[in-house]
Amino acid sequence: MNPKEIFDLLKKEIGDGVLELVEKEHHDPFIIVTPEAIVETCLVLRDDEKTLFDYLVNLSGVDEKDKFIVVYHLFSLKHRYRIVLKVYLERENPHVPTVERVWRSANWHEREAYDMFGIVFDGHSDLRRILSPYDWEGYPLRKDYKMPEYYKGIKVPL
Amino acid sequence: MGLLNRLDDPYNIAPGIVLGTMEDLLNWGRARSDWYLQFGLACCAIEFMALNASHYDFMRFGCIPRTSPRQADFIIISGTVTLKMAERIKRLYEQMAEPKYVMAMGSCSICGGPYWKQGYHVLKGVDRIIPVDVYVPGCPPRPEAFFEGMMKLQDKIIKQKIFEKRARLAEEDAKLASQHNENNNIHLPTGWTEVK
Amino acid sequence: MSETKTFEIDFGKVYSERMRLNVGPQHPSTHGVLRLEVELEGEVVTDVVPHIGYLHRCFEKHAENVTYPQVIPYIDRMDYISSMNNELPYVMGMEKMLGIKVPEKVEYIRVICAELNRIANHQIAIATFGLDSGAFTPFLYYFRDREMIITLFEKLSGGRLLYNYFWIGGLMNDVYPTFAEDCLEIVKQVRKTNDEALELLMYNKIFIERTANIGILPADVAINYGCSGPVLRGSGVPYDLRKVEPYSIYDRFDFDVVVGKGEVGTVGDCWDRNIVRVREIYESCKIIEQAVAQMPKEPCDVRQAVPKRIKPPVGEFYAKAENPKGELGFYIISDGSPTPSRVRARATSFVNLSVLPEISKGYMIADLIMILGSLDIVLGEIDR
Repeated sequence: MNPKEIFDLLKKEIGDGVLELVEKEHHDPFIIVTPEAIVETCLVLRDDEKTLFDYLVNLSGVDEKDKFIVVYHLFSLKHRYRIVLKVYLERENPHVPTVERVWRSANWHEREAYDMFGIVFDGHSDLRRILSPYDWEGYPLRKDYKMPEYYKGIKVPL
Repeated sequence: MGLLNRLDDPYNIAPGIVLGTMEDLLNWGRARSDWYLQFGLACCAIEFMALNASHYDFMRFGCIPRTSPRQADFIIISGTVTLKMAERIKRLYEQMAEPKYVMAMGSCSICGGPYWKQGYHVLKGVDRIIPVDVYVPGCPPRPEAFFEGMMKLQDKIIKQKIFEKRARLAEEDAKLASQHNENNNIHLPTGWTEVK
Repeated sequence: MSETKTFEIDFGKVYSERMRLNVGPQHPSTHGVLRLEVELEGEVVTDVVPHIGYLHRCFEKHAENVTYPQVIPYIDRMDYISSMNNELPYVMGMEKMLGIKVPEKVEYIRVICAELNRIANHQIAIATFGLDSGAFTPFLYYFRDREMIITLFEKLSGGRLLYNYFWIGGLMNDVYPTFAEDCLEIVKQVRKTNDEALELLMYNKIFIERTANIGILPADVAINYGCSGPVLRGSGVPYDLRKVEPYSIYDRFDFDVVVGKGEVGTVGDCWDRNIVRVREIYESCKIIEQAVAQMPKEPCDVRQAVPKRIKPPVGEFYAKAENPKGELGFYIISDGSPTPSRVRARATSFVNLSVLPEISKGYMIADLIMILGSLDIVLGEIDR
């Protein structure tokens, strides 16, 4: 299957939630999906006979200047094919439904995206920080993050 | 040199008799059988495991790994110390019994290592929370460099004065106490140097 | 979260409740700084909550502020046991992005170094697993062989553990004259030690009693959790990136994919994951022998394709390779400047560890240590 066929299949099943297919040079081809339709899209991709994307390889957050992006890399063990999904979120209050119940590996990936960027995943069973200490303030991987001066009395910068 | 080298010293009383202080004997025993806390943080810990294996045998220094800090003599901080881990290391250090020593192995525990610039979660040097005796540089340090650090630690232990600690430090204590009372405007009747 | 049960027995009342125990972060068997919060009912584990982040060194933040070649030493320090394999996907992805073709000899040297590092990694994994279960001798045998491999790497790149040897477009320097003979000697010694370890450790009755039928991971659970590497192959799924999507020159070599079959116990238990690692050492030896035979022998300038200044076009890509522990991937976004805009490392051990609460319910606490050892995690990769 090539990206165009997958996009057509999704357009037929989901309809408006799937926005467009982007195939640029030096980019892996990706499909942009709205935040409301992401869970249904993932369920279709996982269960449909022609696609069978049963392996979530990677879920990462990205900070562009004016928006947040959540990127999903999927892989199908049977058909040996890969696809990329992207969800665009606004910067002030980023919310997106969780895909934890579709693939269990999304659990820890989403916790990390929350820890590093502050993207809130609605419906997650245990959304708290995973890599930074539990009482850390701020979201470290944002482009406008400033290193704190002191943490519990220990001086942080050099 | 070591205590045993003096057994054949011709300027001594007779072969087989050594004159020395009790402190010499105790320090010799302590330096040659230092038991360390088995504690590895990051990449330097793998180098430390290779040190324990048969090629660079570390046990010939008399060092055996102990799993509990209450039974250990010294702790080797091998690897990057993060802020989340810093509190736990302080607690481990406080659980060890005196006399205890700390060896900072590797560049990360000396000054933060390659993560010094944007490391928001890295402690820039473990000597910000516990006092360090020996620094062994490298990323990771070679086993030979580590052995040199160990020998320097043994030298330090042999030269340490362990008896009559209170008498030696009493003068210093009295000076510090009077300074503290000065700073905080505490005036005791003459003849007293105790700190309130 | 504790429940209390009261039973009435003939000689009076008995009162029992669940207990929360902390294993780590300082513990001889947690393979690094990992904290496990275990809920126990007597000796039986009912819940495990892993707490990570004790080695979070902010690699992704550093990667956004240095140039592309300067990211490579940080990548070394992620999975610090097999550094050459870490560098390989990043370097391959960047070369695809920039459109660089490396010389033949460079490809062969990369494959040989990656396979030697795979052997070294599996040796540590099996040695420490044996140490956890009480067997001290395989640890010493494997570390003696590992010293031979590390000495070869030291002659090649100058470092014992962390190399910075693979550069974007080539290598740091060419191999020294007796490289091929050293490789073959190492392979001979490794085969001999592996045979000894099979007899001494893997088919030992006590070891089998401790690891068979423990920590059973069914194949569909493994796929849903995203596991890869020996954890997935031990459950019977023959997924190896070197065969499924061959990268570099792996399609020129003849080797098998080792899968767990449930020889002594069920498919997907701890013993299976370990026998996959032991047998993969043999497969790596085969690859090294073939590569040494096919490698061009004359000296070559390995830096001829290294670009002076790296400024990739605007774009993004996901580069992946088969690490000894599983699939390691780098998702790199470039915005046309000499420094990357985002480098996300998809680490194998991060995903493999998330399956621990699922497979350790109902076993005893000593079995929990065995299950953790069989997953083969390294905290540098989990916390990055």
